[in-house]
Amino acid sequence: MLFLSQLINGLQLGSIYALVALGYSMVYGIIMLLNFAHGDIIMVGGYIALFALIAAFPPAIAILLAVVGCVLLSVVIEKMAYKPLRSAPRISLLITSIGVSMLLQNLAQYFFSANGRSFPSTLILPSGSVSLGGLSVSYTAIVTILVSVVSMLFLTFLVQKTKMGKAMRAVSEDMDAAQLMGINVSNTISFTFAVGAALAGIGSILYCCRYPLVSPTIGSLLGLKAFVAAVLGGIGSIPGAMIGGFAIGLAEVLVTALGLSTWTDGVVFAILIIVLVVRPTGILGRSLIEKV
Amino acid sequence: MKARFQISMPVRYCVNLILMIAFLTAGSFLTQSGLLGRAQNSIIIQVGFYIILAVSLNLVTGYLGQLPLGHAGFMAVGAYAGAIFWKSGLLPETPSLIVGLFVAGLVAAAFGILIGIPALRLKGDYLAIITLGFGEIIRVAIINLSDITGGTPGLKGIPKYSSFLVVYICVLIACVAIHMLMKSRHGRAILAIRENEIAVESCGVNTTYYKVMAFAVSAFFAGVAGALYGGNQGILAPASFDFMTSINILVIVVLGGMGSMIGSVIAAAILTSLPLALQAFNEYRLIIYALLLIIVMVFKPSGLMGTYDFSLSRLIEKAVTRLKVPKEEGGVYHDDP
Repeated sequence: MLFLSQLINGLQLGSIYALVALGYSMVYGIIMLLNFAHGDIIMVGGYIALFALIAAFPPAIAILLAVVGCVLLSVVIEKMAYKPLRSAPRISLLITSIGVSMLLQNLAQYFFSANGRSFPSTLILPSGSVSLGGLSVSYTAIVTILVSVVSMLFLTFLVQKTKMGKAMRAVSEDMDAAQLMGINVSNTISFTFAVGAALAGIGSILYCCRYPLVSPTIGSLLGLKAFVAAVLGGIGSIPGAMIGGFAIGLAEVLVTALGLSTWTDGVVFAILIIVLVVRPTGILGRSLIEKV
Repeated sequence: MKARFQISMPVRYCVNLILMIAFLTAGSFLTQSGLLGRAQNSIIIQVGFYIILAVSLNLVTGYLGQLPLGHAGFMAVGAYAGAIFWKSGLLPETPSLIVGLFVAGLVAAAFGILIGIPALRLKGDYLAIITLGFGEIIRVAIINLSDITGGTPGLKGIPKYSSFLVVYICVLIACVAIHMLMKSRHGRAILAIRENEIAVESCGVNTTYYKVMAFAVSAFFAGVAGALYGGNQGILAPASFDFMTSINILVIVVLGGMGSMIGSVIAAAILTSLPLALQAFNEYRLIIYALLLIIVMVFKPSGLMGTYDFSLSRLIEKAVTRLKVPKEEGGVYHDDP
């Protein structure tokens, strides 16, 4: 029973990681950028929701504002900081994203102070729990897992069945060829960033409901873990990001349950290293064949 | 056919040696005379070990063309190895200092080989992630092995060996060693791997050997820098070797220009002393830092110096050739084909 409740706990954490990991994975799939600023977009989403709730907006509007805010911010960052570097070496792009991440963190620190603020999570989700055959599961856990599953199904539909999804897949396959086929590459890339940011916005609300404290640095550790999840599952692959997210969430919760909470991060990275040594492109990653 | 002026190698070595000695004397005079405040002095020392870190990372990032994100891990290993050796007091002061630095470097290099062999099987971003993972594991291990390392509160009471002279002698050794490595046959192999790994491999170069070697040399100097860091602070805490430290070193290398040693040195000096220079804008300091980083990257993606490498002799040669000064002592004219 204890194991089952830990399992649900792990699934809850894992589904948040998976949502965030999808953002990393999609952006990497399309422009080969490890977007370090993604974690900080989550932080911004948390703050938007927090202030909307303080200003007594209804919870639904607060969630919507957070998601829209994340999307807008992400698209603006893409247009201003990443687009001019499209033909630059990839490492310059990487450093720029690190710069953006630092900028967001420090702006947040300047405007909202470095101290965390408590997030009124009970306004969004009631704090109670339901008992399922003797197993008590909190509403937060149920809603988190459900929302993530629905978002991922929606994303799969978006990528596999719509015209925009087709364009995204085409651009990630071969950018030049896609352009020759009349796909607007620039818009497709912005759209990918927007979708990733929308998922991050949802993730930020769910994360703040689980750990009700918003501070300028919440995004960096969450981002790093989600990023590890994306790589573990095979970066660029959507189902891979989900598997990676759940794996990291479960591993983290189980290690903590065993009473080794200080080793948690170490174990997470050890799993990553073992997987990468055995399967160098992650669990579901496509292996690249280098041609001479 | 244009005549080109060349300075012969012995003269070059002599000039460089004299300049280095002059630099060390002037620097140690300046720091000891009390002309500079305490804050300036500590910044100068900090610039020193950031130069070592940046130059050593540049070997792997700029010359070998790989992207490791765990440089702080090697620094941590070296720092703790050096500090524990110094604290043990096995040797009197001066030998202890020198042997301690070697111990720090060798332990870090051993970790570099240990990590390099599995990590270098991977390519590009996967290599970045796996080294990031190793860096974090080292940090978590340091926190948890508190019997040896002092855990989260830190390792205290490290002898303060890192004077200006000690730090900058190490800086010069690191720069000269990496420069000479890159001018050698091994250096050409490393550069060739960056340009085209498959082509090099088919020419019969053992790429794994050279990659691991570059990794180990890089880790060695990172370890020395770590030990100097410990000898400057007197206390080591695992929090100072986190992921952001690795990122800061990478930022120095990329901003300076990957594959340019002078770029790394200049960027290390600028970025380390920037917080001091921006003290008047204390609240906006880090915002300005981040903005500068983005702006430089957007407008000059190859970094401040690109791949340009500074050579005093080459500058003199160029100037002399341009002025068409007649033949001087120690100089010979060569005909350019």
